[in-house]
Amino acid sequence: MSKRIGIEVAVAAAEAAALCRFDVAAVYPITPQSHVAEHLSNIVADGRIDAEFITVESEHSAMSAAMGASATGARVVTATSSQGLMYMHEVLPIASAMRLPIVMAIANRAVSGPLNILNDHSDIMPQRDSGWISLFAENGQEVVDMMIQAFKIAEHRDVQLPVNVNIDGFQLTHMVEPLEMPDQKEVDKFLPPYKPYATLHPDKPVSMGTFAMNDVYTEVMKAKDAALVNSKEVILAVWKEWEKRFGRAYEPIEGYRVKGAEILMLTMGSMGETAAVAIDELRKKGIPAGLLKMKLWRPFPFDELKKAVKGAKTLIVTDRAVSFGGPGGPVAGEVRSALYDQPTRPAIINEIIGLGGRDMMVEHFMEIVMKAAKAGRKKRKEAYEFYGVREA
Amino acid sequence: MSMPSNFKLVENFDLYAPKLTDREEYFCPGHRACQGCGEALAVRLMCKALGKDTVVTNATGCMEIVGSLYPTTAWKVPWIHVAFPNAAAVASGVEAGLKALRRQGKIADRDVKSVGIGGDGATMDIGIQALSGAMERGHDMLYVCFDNEAYMNTGIQRSSATPFGASTTTAPAGKVSIGNKTWKKNLPEIMVAHNLAYVATASHGYPLDFMNKVKKARSLKGPSYIHCFTVCPTGWRSASEITMKLARLATETGIFPLYEVENGKYRMTVEPRTPLRPVEDYLKLQGRFRHLPPDQIKVIQDRVNMEYRKLLNKVEHSKSWSEM
Repeated sequence: MSKRIGIEVAVAAAEAAALCRFDVAAVYPITPQSHVAEHLSNIVADGRIDAEFITVESEHSAMSAAMGASATGARVVTATSSQGLMYMHEVLPIASAMRLPIVMAIANRAVSGPLNILNDHSDIMPQRDSGWISLFAENGQEVVDMMIQAFKIAEHRDVQLPVNVNIDGFQLTHMVEPLEMPDQKEVDKFLPPYKPYATLHPDKPVSMGTFAMNDVYTEVMKAKDAALVNSKEVILAVWKEWEKRFGRAYEPIEGYRVKGAEILMLTMGSMGETAAVAIDELRKKGIPAGLLKMKLWRPFPFDELKKAVKGAKTLIVTDRAVSFGGPGGPVAGEVRSALYDQPTRPAIINEIIGLGGRDMMVEHFMEIVMKAAKAGRKKRKEAYEFYGVREA
Repeated sequence: MSMPSNFKLVENFDLYAPKLTDREEYFCPGHRACQGCGEALAVRLMCKALGKDTVVTNATGCMEIVGSLYPTTAWKVPWIHVAFPNAAAVASGVEAGLKALRRQGKIADRDVKSVGIGGDGATMDIGIQALSGAMERGHDMLYVCFDNEAYMNTGIQRSSATPFGASTTTAPAGKVSIGNKTWKKNLPEIMVAHNLAYVATASHGYPLDFMNKVKKARSLKGPSYIHCFTVCPTGWRSASEITMKLARLATETGIFPLYEVENGKYRMTVEPRTPLRPVEDYLKLQGRFRHLPPDQIKVIQDRVNMEYRKLLNKVEHSKSWSEM
């Protein structure tokens, strides 16, 4: 039976990995991920599972060691944040190209400079095109669930791709939340032992990561893209199974009070909960607002997005990162592109919010929606706005 | 195929080689290394000494390029390449993975050695952090650096292994430059400072010595490091048929002495005749040193004499350590 407990979310992420009986963890500590690293090492030190914990000397080596271990057929977990994720950047697309089903918890944090340890999504966005499946958790329960789902998705023979689970740094990692920790027996039933396609072992020698030139490189890229695109079917199936076994439903884009909503706001990560409260308040005022919470960032849920925005007059896309000199925020850029071919589509407003830990309160989200409601379909001069920025 | 005349440079090779080496090839013919490549030879010898129960992690570099063009491979042992700076880190992950799976009974209960390999750039420059980390953590693994003294794969740019006075494409000899102005970094000594079970220098010019060192490193538990000197005719602008001769000369001149450090104790494994041959015998056969005037050759000679004496002192001092 699942147990309802109160637990710090970073610790819960490590506990979820332990329920998956990882064989190897290779982690380098970084704020605000450190508690994940520490707790993973505790689990191994106490012999709660039979695993190796590698105290790597950097994030680049964390991902490298994770790849080496995964290539032997081990189930591998790692975790990082911010600069650590940027440092890993070189090896991330190699992990996906080599189809190594590593699971990584990311305690999302702003990228330097200036140095800032608080939360936004500027660390994960530059990794967007590295070929990883990318999930965004809204609360502690989703972190636990997604960490376990991630192994099942990653190791599926039709997927064989690494998965990252995005957890807002501090706002989520450092919260003590009430949640249901699944039972070991239930997780064992949901997640069978990893059966790798090929491993590094002398009984059947293989060469992994060979040199490939212009005659095959395009084909490898196409195969990787197809793997990502096709992974959605598996993700949806895994979520269906999860709902059946554990009673909690997951969707690529989760709607909140979307019925009859003329103004929709889209969030990713923990801010969905604050925004939901704002939506409740707005509805009380008679403003027909609704919320879309995007849980699946890669593969991008095109169909679900198109369906979700049908009938809405305005779509406010919130971004927690900046594509400098580009279309504003990366999420809005993708949403605009996804809806461009639709015969009818909502007006799209891009609000860049919560950078480097800048607080977003209920009234802030309300202000954003009310401003959009007032403007109606009138076009804004700017394609995006740094919400709440102080300017001299 | 006729053997080059300097084949006999290796004493009693005909006598010992067939008895002491594995006939099986694990780094197979058909790869695309240059004619006279010392590194390809050294890798082949290393594989023979390691045997089949080996997983090789290869840093980006010549051996990765010449040995693995998809869909072909020259590797008969399990082999993985990830990137340039992280072979030691990947190999440490391979070791941890094999260890965990073996302990849990998920793979055969057999000793499979994780071996990381890379060139001097991958090992001594961009990969030194990953190497230091992997060695310090005490993984049961071997790392072998194949040092040909520059970034040969990218076109002969200098590395921290490039010797003083060598002309490279990023440290070229010019009107106001003698080429590379720094002395070769002593990585084996840095590895000794990691308190490894075993550190050795080696050379493909002394194949049996090299293979014995690989076998010893393989048999020891814990991290070990071998720094193998490899001649690169393309980068050194030397004739491809004198690859073995140049490797022998590097040791005979004292430029690259062959020794091992077991639990901190130094021992010469090849004792060149004394006095050592003059460094000029070695330098004059290579285009990369052709521009050096006699006064600079003397600077190199003095430095080599000093470094060689320092090494002999360590060997001498080590003897007393065993009595402690």
